[in-house]
Amino acid sequence: MTKPINATDAANLAAIRARLGQAGGKQFWQSLEELAGTDEYREFLHHEFPRDPEKEPVDGTSRRDVLKLMAASAALAGLSACTKLPDQKIVPYVRSPEEIIPGKPLFYATSMPQGGVATGILVESHMGRPTKVEGNKEHPGSLGATDSFAQASVLTLYDPDRSQVLVHEGRISSWAAFLTAIGTARDAHRTTKGAGMRLLTETVTSPTLKAQLDALRAAFPAMKWHQYEPCARNVVHEGARLAFGKPVNTVYRFDQADVIISLDADFLCSGPGSVRYAREFSARRRVDGPESKMNRLYVVECTPSNTGAMADHRLPMRAQEIEDFARALAAGIGVHQAGPKGAVGKHERWLGALVRDLDKHRGACLIVAGEQQPAMVHALAHAMNAALGNVGKTVVYTDPIEAEPVDQMQSLRELVADIKAGQVDFLLIHGSNPVFNAPAELDFAHNLLRVKLRIHLGLYNDETAELCHWHVPEAHFLESWSDARAYDGTVGILQPLISPLYDGKSAHELLAALLGKTGISGHDIVREHWKSQRPAKEKNKDFETFWQTTLHDGVMTGSALPPRAVTLNAAFPSTSKQDIAPGLEIVFRPDPTIGDGRYANNGWLQEIPKPLTKLTWDNAAMLSPTTAERLRVSNGDVVKLSLNGREVRAPIWIQFGHAAESVTVHFGYGRRRAGRIGNGVGFNAYTLRTSGSPWFAGGLQLERTGEKYALATTQHHHMVDREGKKVEEESVNADQRDLIRVATLAVFRKDPKFAQDHEEESSKALKLYPGFQSPGYAWGMAIDLNSCIGCGACVTACQAENNLPIVGKAEVIAGREMHWIRVDTYFRGGLDSPETYYEPVLCMHCENAPCELVCPVGATVHSPEGLNEMVYNRCVGTRYCSNNCPYKVRRFNFKLYSDWTTPSLYPLRNPNVTVRSRGVMEKCTYCVQRINAVKIEAEKQDRDVNDGEIVTACQAVCPAEAIVFGDINDANNRVSKLKAQTRNYSLLAELNTRPRTTYLARLRNPNPEIEV
Amino acid sequence: MPQIFKRSTNMLARVTIYGTVFIVAALGYAVYAVDLSPYITDVNVAKDQPVPFSHQHHAGELGIDCRYCHTSVEQSSFAGVPPTQTCMTCHSQIWVNSPMLEPVRASYRSDKSIAWTRVNAVPDFVYFNHSIHVNKGIGCTTCHGPVAQMPLTWRANTLYMKWCLDCHKQPELYVRPRSEVFNSNYQPPADQLKLGRALVKEYKIQSLTNCTTCHR
Repeated sequence: MTKPINATDAANLAAIRARLGQAGGKQFWQSLEELAGTDEYREFLHHEFPRDPEKEPVDGTSRRDVLKLMAASAALAGLSACTKLPDQKIVPYVRSPEEIIPGKPLFYATSMPQGGVATGILVESHMGRPTKVEGNKEHPGSLGATDSFAQASVLTLYDPDRSQVLVHEGRISSWAAFLTAIGTARDAHRTTKGAGMRLLTETVTSPTLKAQLDALRAAFPAMKWHQYEPCARNVVHEGARLAFGKPVNTVYRFDQADVIISLDADFLCSGPGSVRYAREFSARRRVDGPESKMNRLYVVECTPSNTGAMADHRLPMRAQEIEDFARALAAGIGVHQAGPKGAVGKHERWLGALVRDLDKHRGACLIVAGEQQPAMVHALAHAMNAALGNVGKTVVYTDPIEAEPVDQMQSLRELVADIKAGQVDFLLIHGSNPVFNAPAELDFAHNLLRVKLRIHLGLYNDETAELCHWHVPEAHFLESWSDARAYDGTVGILQPLISPLYDGKSAHELLAALLGKTGISGHDIVREHWKSQRPAKEKNKDFETFWQTTLHDGVMTGSALPPRAVTLNAAFPSTSKQDIAPGLEIVFRPDPTIGDGRYANNGWLQEIPKPLTKLTWDNAAMLSPTTAERLRVSNGDVVKLSLNGREVRAPIWIQFGHAAESVTVHFGYGRRRAGRIGNGVGFNAYTLRTSGSPWFAGGLQLERTGEKYALATTQHHHMVDREGKKVEEESVNADQRDLIRVATLAVFRKDPKFAQDHEEESSKALKLYPGFQSPGYAWGMAIDLNSCIGCGACVTACQAENNLPIVGKAEVIAGREMHWIRVDTYFRGGLDSPETYYEPVLCMHCENAPCELVCPVGATVHSPEGLNEMVYNRCVGTRYCSNNCPYKVRRFNFKLYSDWTTPSLYPLRNPNVTVRSRGVMEKCTYCVQRINAVKIEAEKQDRDVNDGEIVTACQAVCPAEAIVFGDINDANNRVSKLKAQTRNYSLLAELNTRPRTTYLARLRNPNPEIEV
Repeated sequence: MPQIFKRSTNMLARVTIYGTVFIVAALGYAVYAVDLSPYITDVNVAKDQPVPFSHQHHAGELGIDCRYCHTSVEQSSFAGVPPTQTCMTCHSQIWVNSPMLEPVRASYRSDKSIAWTRVNAVPDFVYFNHSIHVNKGIGCTTCHGPVAQMPLTWRANTLYMKWCLDCHKQPELYVRPRSEVFNSNYQPPADQLKLGRALVKEYKIQSLTNCTTCHR
């Protein structure tokens, strides 16, 4: 056992570095606390839950109170046993709808818009209640998978804090009163042709909404329409204008790319099409055997991202310097528009290797620029892709998917200028929350108050709604009719799964009202639009057939935008590139789980650990270990960040792999009127942002305050304790028994069995009792670590499918989060630029399950098909099972975490899964409700369950198809084939638990020129 | 010093000691008996309903098939309780003025559902599926009793786990030919065991007794 280092003192990072150095860079590690060997880390390591009573969340109950309550509840429990079940009512329909069979869910296709861009989804509906989102296989932006946001959208639908009433000047009002008010306003503006009228919307891709806006502009020619979203893709369009003279939409084809370079682009987990891109990318990393090929990914980025974690070569670089790198790369490729070659200093060798690799893969490589990089980087990426012959192969251009691709920063600036000039007396704001998220220098809140009539349409009565005369509750996308374009322009119709819970209105209905067409439903508006506008190929069909097919499939055939030819400008206009500022830079990012703040009140998204940091319920100022050392700050230190006279206080988070001398802050936190979940959580990074430098800026001042702030990270929770084992087995392949196993493609080709430990294999033969037999089905799972991109969608999908509660920040700090699946993150190498590996861990369903042996009440037992079953109604909460689980995958309801009292949350629950109460252990069931449903159908048809018929929730959602579930008794099944691969290994196989969940080792494909 | 207790006190002590054992046993039995009594189990207790619907009349005397009303029994976990519309298919033609049927007509007029009192219920942590049982040759009356003889419906069995397991352990004692599943007057043949064993084989009936079959 190594002596602990005080990790709270940043100066000791040097000692940690020294210790890592001794390990020779081969050791995997998970957190700073682990490297330092702190007491807190040991507590988490050696126990299933930490036991330090000081960490116990105190809720003001004394020991004496507890004893009294226990006595009282024992007495009452005795009494309640004498009662019988109360009479229940069955309330059938009066007239039964045609499709509904009680007890059987229906699935409807619709689309989820994010930043205006649609992802196709199928929504599971139980008796009219949407409960779960799945991907739509037919939709090009989904291919059957979704991201966390789509999974959590059902929780927003039922969020009790959603705006429920129409409000006029702080009082409850009615839609009729509102119609009268805007009728008056409309008449008043008719004479001036709408000169004082302004609309402010989010990004619009909806063809119907565009048509309505056009009609409105025809009726009021002097009216202006502005668009603003804080994380809009302004630079993407600006970059296209630089390169081609007009905005275009770029569609990548990662399935065609052998070499990919990301210039600060997190294409796997953010931006339009990311779900599809993750699928295409991971398909090219799928390895069947030594002869398989893999793509190669280079990432140059400032803030560590999931894409960076997948990189074969990753270069941390300050956001400001990436443009210079792009210029140098472009010059290397021979792009003459690149202008003067930027300085890349010590990265010369790296760059040279990169250029040669690209040159070898002309027409099969791809350069992707990040949405937060300046327009010039995008223009250079376009030029490089053209020079490398990638256009038409790995990259395709179409017309923009946005109805009007404007620079939204500029659009908002113009709106504020008009307001200041007194030219605006009617402002309709839809969706976006500019009072919270507008650039600081515009002082939007103050200026907004100058507008005579302010109307807000939104899901929440938020910061902006508060300052408006009228607030109209908006219908959620699962409650309304609309349409939206996907990343490639494909139109998906949004159809409601449920009628508006709170009488909300859609933007279509509001605009119709503004046009004077009251009483027309959202359905009619959208349908009427497509009657005249359907794609040319579909015109010969009967409209009803076309409409029904489109609704059923969730995709409008023939609506994808066709590829278009583009010509590169001979020279790029010289942009006013800002000089790289010395000192600290600040980098802004939308939060990986709550986005730009719109999901702040979604408890699922607040509590899923953010990729890499594993932070929950907070944002932080992230910086590299080197910079932390220089500034003498460590995790949880509260610092004052000042930029051009604006300041904010933020806790520090040391992020491995972050570029030095750079601080990343995430948007979305610091909400004041988000709701009971999102209010007062984290700090508001928008207060530092200006429209001139929307994504990064130099000249940041960082000042220590001496205060500490508790951050809830799950990085060191549920760590598998191998400390004793390691010491004991120093000699016997200890390093081969790592929980995560990695090799380069070259090593794998030489030694395909690198992941297997022969001693482990032989120990399997040693047994005292006959092994476990599953004569019928034998359920098992294989997780391909080579595919997993660590996005965490599986965590949210599991939460939605299995009625998992959220526990709150204090309980997360105590290690009591309830997620059945966790994505462990491992690092290897130095602190400043380590390799990053992901490993999703769920119940292993061990054939020799240690948990089952110790349960005194038989609450966890084994099924003949190999499921480790958890029987809630038998569990008395001894927690012996979790104490005996070496994988730490069991979760205990220390308190009543499930919300049993909020009525709006009742319909959210999956009716096929028990809602657990306090004092009960729970864990992954392999989605036994899905297994049973499929088995029953197969039995009724007198056949066996087909391969791929049972899909667990985590498997269904996975964009990378990393998780495969099935019957391992049949060697022809996908899961069996994966398990038969030489990369297959089990966690802690030396314990002879015989887990049914196994892993396929991760491979890297480094460039031999850079790394041997 | 004289003895405090007389010799006869021994008798009292003996009665007390043996009596206590008896009383504890009797109390235990009483709890057991109450637990299995109709008071707790609702077995054989006819429930009041908003409309005194008689299965005896509809299923027994008129011979309407179970599935005419319980439409989803072959497809879904839930057998289905008929919508008002199903009642009105006949009762818009016959007994149109019967005061007994006024709640039905009122429901149809006002589009408000009739709230029936549930007769057969299992606790919330039990996930029972009708469709697989009827598809595997378990008749309606096996669990629901002689429904065709019930004027008002009552629960025929406790629906306790022990009762479920009786059949899950020995399905051959209860299974019947698929053609007879909805026959409410079905009587098992004298050689049920022989027939049952043959049917278990033919229908590939599994004896599922692991927990997640019903609890999850």
